[in-house]
Amino acid sequence: MLKEGEIRIPAGCAISGVIDRSGKRMSGECMIKSIATMHDRSNGLGGGFAGYGIYPDFKDFYALHLFYDDTLCQAETESYLKKHFEIAYCSAIQTRKMKSITNEPIIFRYFVSPLPRKLESSHLDEQEYVEKCVMHVNVEIKGAYVFSSGKNMGIFKAVGYPEDVGEFYRLEEYAGYAWTCHGRYPTNTPGWWGGAHPFGLLNYSIVHNGEISSYDANRRYIEMFGYKCTLKTDTEVITYIFDYLLRKQKLTLREAAHVVAASFWSTIETQEPEQRDQEILLRRMFPSLLITGPFSIILGYENGLMALNDRLKLRSMVVAEKGDKAYMASEECAIRVIEPELDKIYAPAGGEPVIFELKGENVQ
Amino acid sequence: MSDIFIYPEYEVVRDRDACIGCRVCERQCANEVHRYDEVLGRMVADSTKCVNCHRCVCLCPTHALKIKKSEDCYRDNANWDYQTVNEVYRQANSGGVLLSSMGNPKPFPIYWDKILINASQVTNPPIDPLREPMETTVYLGKHNNEIERDGNGRIKNNLAPQLKLKVPVMFSAMSYGSISYNAHESLARAASELGTFYNTGEGGLHKDFYRYGANTIVQVASGRFGVYKDYLDAGAAIEIKMGQGAKPGIGGHLPGKKISASVSETRMTPQGIDAISPAPHHDIYSIEDLRQLIYSLKEATGYKKPVIVKIAAVHNCAAIASGIARSGADIIAIDGFRGGTGAAPTRIRDNVGIPIELALASIDGRLRHEGIRNNVSLIVGGSIRSAADVVKAIALGADACYIATAAVLAMGCHLCRTCNQGKCNWGIATQQPDLVKRLNPDIASKRLVNLVSAWNHEIQEIMGGMGINSIEALRGNRLMLRGVGLNETELKILGIRHAGESL
Repeated sequence: MLKEGEIRIPAGCAISGVIDRSGKRMSGECMIKSIATMHDRSNGLGGGFAGYGIYPDFKDFYALHLFYDDTLCQAETESYLKKHFEIAYCSAIQTRKMKSITNEPIIFRYFVSPLPRKLESSHLDEQEYVEKCVMHVNVEIKGAYVFSSGKNMGIFKAVGYPEDVGEFYRLEEYAGYAWTCHGRYPTNTPGWWGGAHPFGLLNYSIVHNGEISSYDANRRYIEMFGYKCTLKTDTEVITYIFDYLLRKQKLTLREAAHVVAASFWSTIETQEPEQRDQEILLRRMFPSLLITGPFSIILGYENGLMALNDRLKLRSMVVAEKGDKAYMASEECAIRVIEPELDKIYAPAGGEPVIFELKGENVQ
Repeated sequence: MSDIFIYPEYEVVRDRDACIGCRVCERQCANEVHRYDEVLGRMVADSTKCVNCHRCVCLCPTHALKIKKSEDCYRDNANWDYQTVNEVYRQANSGGVLLSSMGNPKPFPIYWDKILINASQVTNPPIDPLREPMETTVYLGKHNNEIERDGNGRIKNNLAPQLKLKVPVMFSAMSYGSISYNAHESLARAASELGTFYNTGEGGLHKDFYRYGANTIVQVASGRFGVYKDYLDAGAAIEIKMGQGAKPGIGGHLPGKKISASVSETRMTPQGIDAISPAPHHDIYSIEDLRQLIYSLKEATGYKKPVIVKIAAVHNCAAIASGIARSGADIIAIDGFRGGTGAAPTRIRDNVGIPIELALASIDGRLRHEGIRNNVSLIVGGSIRSAADVVKAIALGADACYIATAAVLAMGCHLCRTCNQGKCNWGIATQQPDLVKRLNPDIASKRLVNLVSAWNHEIQEIMGGMGINSIEALRGNRLMLRGVGLNETELKILGIRHAGESL
């Protein structure tokens, strides 16, 4: 059986996300409860979570989460990491033994910061440096895989039903101001934990439900800018696209959304001149980053969450608010189960980005 | 010394019962095949003069005529076939270089026909173009922009000039001279109506057609025929022709008898005398010289128009394209070895260059590998025969396609491949006024619009089937393609998997 990355595997999914805009932290339990409601949208072949604000004691360090196939590649990776980073703390990620989660790899966490001398001589900015190192481990070291690399955030994923994955990682012991989660319904057995979602790069994490038809056009374009799509998944390429547009091209979230889920030319024609000109410009500048085919995604970043559907809205997605809390999920039931009384709930239109950010002094 | 008689390859067959002796065939045939025999009291035909253009067949009111492949043969010989032997006779008769027209007719592999397209099933939905928007608009030019913002934080329009096409198909270069005034007018009008472009070729632009400038690409070729300031200003883009797929390595050749007074004026060459373009541009002997011409043309037109560099698909085209992409060109046009021509030496046409499918795949791959695919758009031509070819070309990595043979077919051409003789009975590849007037621009432009519109519908259907609703998401989307009956090397060059292999 080919591993994820050696073969492209279409998958259906469930996604859910929550943010407390006041910055108040909540345990991962609510997300487990939410995704468990959508049990039938997963098939036990992948689940995962991303939590923001979960490492306040190490918030200035990049938290690297790694899977290792064996101790040999662990040793090789650690020697590489030591050459490039100061490691403030490292340990195995604590898990709970469970019947339903099997074949677990070695799972390690490192809090690191780039070695100043190395960083300086690389002529890269700090994030670029970390990104390059992550790419190096994932592409060059066989059996090692960095699946989370942001600051004060972390991704937890495995092969299994998402609610079991949450329990496995003891997410009730973590508290964050924002969470996303994902249950996967792949069309064959990946059998590899790295293939589960969320997918992350630096502070960005993506959970995605869909199968994009533009995949290879997007992949071949984004790979020109140093990204390596090793997993062959939609989520991976979508994450790189957002990283490129937001971090490298410095677009706003809304602008990036208008690139990947661009308004139809016929819609653009009807817009007010100011809006129209900017949208035309974005489509002319980044035509190969338009994503077609069904998708609903939740993008997590240090300041918030963004929900976005493909422009035809070929996948379900609802968003809701209650006080400072905002919710987004594939199905309404996944929101109601954790907050039955909502201030408002609606289904955003195709291509319409919905952004919920931390308020005031909580902005990172 | 006497010529060896060569039996005609095709014979005119007349149904005597159906023929009413109306003599339409006689009037329609510029090659004087048909005549009325007073003694016999019926029409007769001299097949030795027939070029098999089907004009008489199409216009015969009683459908009494057809053209048949003649049964004359030499002793079977797998090495010395009929055509090869006849070509030796012909050269021994004349002592000349053999000339041919239109594209390479030899049985080389056609890769388009060995590539199959994907469609959506279950895991993502096909999209119905009758019910949902299906976008085929494409902008050609550089896309290597850096985001700059004005004082209000709005993104500045710092894009290099681009061409906007409503359909990813343009009419490829055919000069006034090689084709007629009416053919040019038909192409210009069709391009305007379709929201795409036609290309002047290297023969200049007739004064009457300056009004179609917004849909015109003006060409600058090695002979610089018809090139001056107003001409450069007239077009929406400028194309530097470095080579042509039908005859890589040599320049254009317009026989003197096609150079009428009007062609002479437009082309700025003497009437009745062959206009032969030099093989190279004599100011371009190297890639850095090309850069200078590109910027000279940009200077001359105030950096308002994209510059296209057109090259023939040859063995080293990927490296050449990479050089061009770094030389200031906005668009590269690649012309495959099956591309048409008004006249080319037969040996060159049939033996030089490579298939466009392979050239495109290797150029697109090379430019991406070097991270400069954004510097240019890619147009491909050289036998794009259908909407399916367009879809496959775009999925391999093209931004848009050039068509010319398909366009002249739409106007009535029957691929008799004798354009060089200047006696085109369909009024396309001729300058004889009596023949030119047979091509009605009202009708021919409508037929061109029909053809491209039909292709666009088909492109939309195929895209929708794949779950793709914008042509931008198809470009370079090679996972949507699979090869059948191709070997490892061919698959590797095309960058696609074999049919049956999963995603």
